[in-house]
Amino acid sequence: MNNYFPLLQIITISLVTMLVRFSPFLIFNKQEKLPDIISYLGKVLPTAIMAMLVVYCLKDVNITIFPYGLKELIAVLVVAMLHIYKRNTLLSIVCGTICYMLLIQLF
Amino acid sequence: MKKEIVKQAFIKTIPVMAGYLVLGVGFGVLLAKIGYGPLYAILMSVTIYAGSMQYVAISLIDSAASLISVAITTLLVNGRHLFYGLSMLEKYQNIKRKPYLIFGMTDETYSLLCQEESKEEDYYFYITIFNHCYWIIGCLTGNLIGTLIPFNSAGIEFSMTALFVAIVVEQWLTTKDHLPAILGFVSAIVCLILFGPEHFLIPAMLAIMVLLIVIRKGGNENE
Repeated sequence: MNNYFPLLQIITISLVTMLVRFSPFLIFNKQEKLPDIISYLGKVLPTAIMAMLVVYCLKDVNITIFPYGLKELIAVLVVAMLHIYKRNTLLSIVCGTICYMLLIQLF
Repeated sequence: MKKEIVKQAFIKTIPVMAGYLVLGVGFGVLLAKIGYGPLYAILMSVTIYAGSMQYVAISLIDSAASLISVAITTLLVNGRHLFYGLSMLEKYQNIKRKPYLIFGMTDETYSLLCQEESKEEDYYFYITIFNHCYWIIGCLTGNLIGTLIPFNSAGIEFSMTALFVAIVVEQWLTTKDHLPAILGFVSAIVCLILFGPEHFLIPAMLAIMVLLIVIRKGGNENE
């Protein structure tokens, strides 16, 4: 804590993170029209990425030991069902989260 | 008019607020445990602003990892953001505050913005900056008083998962072509099994890109 090395580490992480986030814009910024393949990916990637992020959030759930990921499964189903019926994002999230907290804390 | 946009953006970010405050507090507590105070919490949440990477950063700092390994780890953990940028290229064309919007494109901010059809620039900006603020407040609070919080918040981090699930369902209900979503889900699961929870994201993203390009070619030939 009494030297500046952690600061250098933080600056490195910050710069690399920015590099990753900015590079698509730096590479394609100068072109008037995006290549077809890139604008196609721009349209279909978001849906695919969101599905991937759901898996990412649940990656540490162990389905081989009790309770076999059932708590997560139930809470995910609550969110999905509620969203299909009500189409209200905030409501789905709040109810799903409360349901999960109850499952985690009570059982 | 402007007030209306701010309000809309705020409501949209409430789920992220819950998630970021909790994850931010968690980060702040861990940072305090390895002996770094509020200045570091602010510095990191302002300049790095990448949730999972900041958790990894704690162990990198604690073990005094070399700058090269810090850079490589960052590339691996945050590599997925490359693909977010690809899908925002058109949306962020001709936007004044683009540098900040790109800087602040976390998983959650991306998830809120990628579903929006051509909104005003202000809307994108407020969503981005609101989320950034929640994150900074969370990290700082956790660092200062994290261990004193009496409320049993175990499980509240599920709000982030719930946010993504709700978005997937919403996208499913509003689009006809469900193949991209199925591809994303299946690729992620297969890669999770093959590469394990720590290393599956990059292979999963590459698999998704390749498969999406392949099905597009197939689609063209059928026409």
